[in-house]
Amino acid sequence: MKFQVEPAPHIISARPVPQVMREVLYALIPAVVVYTWYFGAGLIVNVAIACAVALASEAAILRLRRRDVRLYLSDYSAVVTAALLAFALPSLTPWYVTVTGTLFAIVFAKHLYGGLGFNPFNPAMAGYVLLLIAFPTEMADLWIAPRGAGDGLSVGQTLAAIFASTPPAAGWDAITSATPLDQVQSDLSRAMTMSEINANPTMHGSIVGAWLWINLAVAAGGIYMLARGIIRWHIPLAVIAGLALMATLFYLADADRNPSPLFHLTTGATMLGAFFIATDPVSAATSLRGRLIYGFGIGVIAYIIRTWAAYPDGIAFAVLIMNVAVPAIDYFTIPKPYGARDD
Amino acid sequence: MNQDQAKANLLDLDEAPVGDVLTPTRRPSGFYGGLYLPTDKHELAGQPLETAPPPPHVVLPLTQHAGLPAIPCVKPGQRVLRGQQIAVADGFISANIHATTSGTVIAIDEQPVPHPSGLSAPCITIEADGKDEWCELHPVVGDYHTEDPVRVRQRVREAGIVGLGGAVFPTSTKLTARADINVHTLILNGAECDPQISCDEALMRRYATDIIAGARIVLHILQVNRCIIGIEEDKPESEAALRLAVEEFDDDRFEVVRVPAIYPEGSERQLIQALSGREVPSRGLPLDIGFVCLNVATAAAINTAVTTGRPLTERIVSVCGDAIARPANIIARLGTPVSSLVELCGGYTSDVDRLVVGGAMMGFAVGDDNIPVVKACNSILAMTADQGRSSKDIRPCIRCGECARVCPSRLLPQQLYWHAGSHDLEKLERYNIFDCIECGCCDYVCPSNIRLAQHFRFAKAEIAVQDADRERAALARQRYEDRNRRLADAAQDRAARIAAKKRKAAAAADIHKRRKVITDVMTRVRQKEARRDRTETQ
Repeated sequence: MKFQVEPAPHIISARPVPQVMREVLYALIPAVVVYTWYFGAGLIVNVAIACAVALASEAAILRLRRRDVRLYLSDYSAVVTAALLAFALPSLTPWYVTVTGTLFAIVFAKHLYGGLGFNPFNPAMAGYVLLLIAFPTEMADLWIAPRGAGDGLSVGQTLAAIFASTPPAAGWDAITSATPLDQVQSDLSRAMTMSEINANPTMHGSIVGAWLWINLAVAAGGIYMLARGIIRWHIPLAVIAGLALMATLFYLADADRNPSPLFHLTTGATMLGAFFIATDPVSAATSLRGRLIYGFGIGVIAYIIRTWAAYPDGIAFAVLIMNVAVPAIDYFTIPKPYGARDD
Repeated sequence: MNQDQAKANLLDLDEAPVGDVLTPTRRPSGFYGGLYLPTDKHELAGQPLETAPPPPHVVLPLTQHAGLPAIPCVKPGQRVLRGQQIAVADGFISANIHATTSGTVIAIDEQPVPHPSGLSAPCITIEADGKDEWCELHPVVGDYHTEDPVRVRQRVREAGIVGLGGAVFPTSTKLTARADINVHTLILNGAECDPQISCDEALMRRYATDIIAGARIVLHILQVNRCIIGIEEDKPESEAALRLAVEEFDDDRFEVVRVPAIYPEGSERQLIQALSGREVPSRGLPLDIGFVCLNVATAAAINTAVTTGRPLTERIVSVCGDAIARPANIIARLGTPVSSLVELCGGYTSDVDRLVVGGAMMGFAVGDDNIPVVKACNSILAMTADQGRSSKDIRPCIRCGECARVCPSRLLPQQLYWHAGSHDLEKLERYNIFDCIECGCCDYVCPSNIRLAQHFRFAKAEIAVQDADRERAALARQRYEDRNRRLADAAQDRAARIAAKKRKAAAAADIHKRRKVITDVMTRVRQKEARRDRTETQ
């Protein structure tokens, strides 16, 4: 009798990469639903565009690199990148902006470094930051007022805005409403106090509330991933701790010149960054201690950028900056193996 | 921790009464990493043990233990009795081998053996005569307590007993005291954590008394007064049996401690940490922190050897896996072909795919079942393709870090994998590859289905080869330099000798010249004086 010879171990637990990636996508569902409720169908359209471009470009480059197209395309990693990038964009982003960002994320940030597992930078954030720099107007001015603060757009108006850059009938007014982070930053730079800023109609409760609910929905997805063991608590907790610590310190020092920690945690991309972006394992630090440092660094840098730099939200830059620091963090956080402690 | 402190700790532990060695907060503390593996082996362990009949031939490899192969002391054609020594341990880390049935030695040659390489190795083959006659046995008569511990240990050595948990380190060597170390605790390893193997559990359920009796002998050999039996919480029957046995002996040196059923707790390092909260030094042994750890089956074998004089000729083997028709725990004599054990269990099911010697996590697959049961064979695991793991769809590492989370050695397997791929041997050592115990936990959780443990085995071998090469190169360089130095020295010597000779000759010439000058002067003076004398007399 002859038997197949393979090295030990002979059993493994069955949760392969494609399933891990699919679960990340499932975890995004609550956020997509809440986001669409507040900002209309634009997000769905953007996700569809980004996914199509991501899959097509990934397939093309895999062929060029002579890799197994079926095996790699079926790992869903390109879809995750596309979904996260699309989620970070304003809902009326013109199609060519989304296409550019996705192409850059997949081709440059991912495959030019060797594809899945080899990219030093988070591909979605690399794509996003490219767009922030290349299309500053589109990225800053195409936010619409959320339902409750504005009237919301029809699907037709959304499609027209995305594909033909046609302003909705309601006029440009409806679509240039700043996000709360943007508003706070520009108003603070004009020496306004927090109480004056909060009185401003663009800081209307329903606008802040929309971002609060979106962040809560993202966090719910994050907790789902934690419960399923898709991500571990170290990075999300460290990101939140870093941002909260900075915000608390400055808030306690001068509550009138600094938004509250709660405001920081529930606006912009805080929860998306903590649970979905920073936790991208490929570009994060490796050891558990390293991951705490990595996440904490993202939180602190995000606060610094939000407060003193030219961009309203700092998560994307913070993630990319800490990506650069990963090799150094890894170098200094090699855990001592069993039996090598103390002596 | 400096050495004095370490010593102080040991003394402290040694003087603590039984039971206090484990502080409450540490009980049961578990250890870093590891896995809860799904298992269905407890039912199998509860079934009656079967005894395999003596096979027509037994094949006994000369290496059934860690260390050097034993040296045969019988000749082909010679009749041997069961229990008769047929090969002698070669040195301190080696073990005797005994005939496991009566019959005739028909060959001493290379035979297929259970080894990951699949290669053959020297074996003694005995044709059984069916009588299964024992040789004359020499038990330790009377009460072993009055016997010199060294003599009792000698009995263990004679009986060819090795660690039956799978590592097969010669037991008497483990029980040899060292002057610089104060052994304070014996640990009995009843933590059989592999998801399939249940030979130890079956043994504990039925032969608990023999295990405790064996442990008492070891306590005498070691002159130690504490024995902790570590048993996993998913084996309540075994635990009850052991507690009952301890009660029967009414021996208060024993303590049965329940530990969480986490793989790889059967590894003595992990078990010691789970029981005591202490870590065995990275490059050291349990002995370095005062522990001696023995598998329960080893303790039972020691009892047999000391009280009946019977050497190690059989062991319990778990024949299990989805591809075995009727899985069972079997008492099999060493040298029995694996195929006949499988037959005893109703043979393979039609969808058998691979045959593993050892556990599903660390055992090695063999290509053929025509191999003998050896001392290390705790399990014969026949798997179906569904049950086993496939090499299909290996994807790139996404550095998810799950491997680092479960690594009981606190390593970073994904970093090791990266450096193993680029053959960066220096980095591999910096990331402590030699602390990898190859338990396979990292493989088990890897979503990319990467064969991490196999990469690490390979990398370790690569480093060993490189080190050997480097050593050889260093030796060669040394020899070359030595030779050059010798030649240079010889040349210098010769030059020095020639120079010395020249100097001597020159000096001799010089003295001669000087003497001549003096003589000339003297002559002149004398002539002068003579002239003056003459003048004066004139």
